[in-house]
Amino acid sequence: MLEINNIHKTFNLGTINEKKALNGVTLYLDEGDFVTVIGGNGAGKSTMLNAVAGVWPVDSGSIIIDGTDVTGLPEHKRASYLGRVFQDPMNGTTATMEIQENLALAARRGQRRGLKWGITKAERTRYRDIVKSLDLGLEDRMTSKVGLLSGGQRQALTLIMATLKKPKLLLLDEHTAALDPKTAAKVLELSDKIIAENHLTAMMVTHNMRDAIIHGNRLIMMNEGQIILDIRGTEKKKLSVEDLLQKFEEVSGEEFASDKALLG
Amino acid sequence: MYNLIPVFCARDIISLVRALPGSAAQGLIWGIMAIGVFLTFKILDFADLTVDGSFGTGGAVTVMLILAGYPPVAAVGIAFLAGILAGIVTGILHTVFGIPAILSGILSQIALYSVNLNISQGKANQAVSVDLYDLIVTGRNNPATILTVIIILALIIALLYWFFGTEIGFTIRATGCNENMSRAQGINTSIAKVVALAFSNGLVALAGGILSQYQGNFDVNMGRGAIVIGLASVIIGEVIGEALLGKRLNFSGRLAFVAIGSIIYYVVIQFVLWMGLPTIDMKLFSALVVAIFLAVPYMSGKSKNSYRKAVKK
Repeated sequence: MLEINNIHKTFNLGTINEKKALNGVTLYLDEGDFVTVIGGNGAGKSTMLNAVAGVWPVDSGSIIIDGTDVTGLPEHKRASYLGRVFQDPMNGTTATMEIQENLALAARRGQRRGLKWGITKAERTRYRDIVKSLDLGLEDRMTSKVGLLSGGQRQALTLIMATLKKPKLLLLDEHTAALDPKTAAKVLELSDKIIAENHLTAMMVTHNMRDAIIHGNRLIMMNEGQIILDIRGTEKKKLSVEDLLQKFEEVSGEEFASDKALLG
Repeated sequence: MYNLIPVFCARDIISLVRALPGSAAQGLIWGIMAIGVFLTFKILDFADLTVDGSFGTGGAVTVMLILAGYPPVAAVGIAFLAGILAGIVTGILHTVFGIPAILSGILSQIALYSVNLNISQGKANQAVSVDLYDLIVTGRNNPATILTVIIILALIIALLYWFFGTEIGFTIRATGCNENMSRAQGINTSIAKVVALAFSNGLVALAGGILSQYQGNFDVNMGRGAIVIGLASVIIGEVIGEALLGKRLNFSGRLAFVAIGSIIYYVVIQFVLWMGLPTIDMKLFSALVVAIFLAVPYMSGKSKNSYRKAVKK
């Protein structure tokens, strides 16, 4: 479903701030794979997701989604293949538009937009039913502006928007990091549910090692712009946080840098 | 304390009342322009300074076409298209060449000054007389002007209400609020910006074309300070609309209140001139009004959340 072939990306090339963010990343995802991505700060996790999403062009290598080479496509054109949820809950929705209008925007991802109504009557009912079935308590607030929602509600809405039109690949970029633990757990549960029900292929970046072990069928660890560990299936299920920390030291020769990962 | 009553009595109230229809007519015409400013400033979150130039473009195109024998309605229609072109130029400067929003507008505005003079064949002033041509509005007949412009405004508001309910309208609203999200939802934000700027400047030029007929001439300086008048109308209209209607203020209501804001602005200007403000200080006064209206929401938020008060508590 996703082929990342030896991609490289260096930021601020030739300046004092030069940073090799991706240093030859190669990754193949099968249909239905749910991969969790862990690694220290600056390891290249979010950068890899942004490369797939096309936030900027890569320096070399190629990215193929479901047989289509998207390496040369700008961000808004790749959007038709992707569903994305960001770390900042403010980032995934449009605060000045209604809940149902946000959903209508997402429903037209990858379609040519013209002078037809931005939201139809049939859609209003459909979105209400979808929101109701997910038990978010938002079904009676469909015409409220999204800016009035809490961070967790906005993140849940972003998740629905990302998957309203079934994406080839769902990218979750630390999408629970800015939420309180209880809300984070709820949003994660909702993510699991949506991914399972729609048989989605997904990548989830997280700082929380326990979440990375519990969720998904595959786990990769990144360091200095490379994938240094790729564990799947039954081996992944047997992992513990201690195993991961130890593996990190073995492979990278350093101690795991993030306190957040230990506290998780 | 300075007593205002003798000032009032010393002046001729009748002359103020007589000036009111003229203020209302002008306010309504500028209201069309202010709606254009609303599209960029409020919906796209883009302070577009092109309008100072494109307003004059509308005037120049309209007057020259009427002098060349075109019917006034067609002349204004072509002025609208000229404004759209001006907006597209600003949009391209910003989206293709990466020039910051404010600067793109300033560049277009300056360039349009020369363009406008070229359109008017190098003359800073070109008269078009209502005696010789069948103009759609004229300063000699304020009631008819008011009626005509209200009909035009109603059509524009209806059209915009429809447009911002369409899929393309949605992309512009989303782009103005959250560009990252818009791109992630497959929206070409550059196109959305160019479309909004084009529409906005089209309306501004349309207003310029109507005003040039109202005042009977094109003047190369007619658009100077248009952005300030536009912002004043948008802000005054918003404050009053929210005070009167609160949460019931919908999109078409907002647009209508922008036009009302523009009328209020002109009545206030008329009033302060009548009170004895020298005409040369008018732009200074306008700038002050806008500065105050922009500052008030920020300052009142700050006073609720001030460091000094935090200590007192």
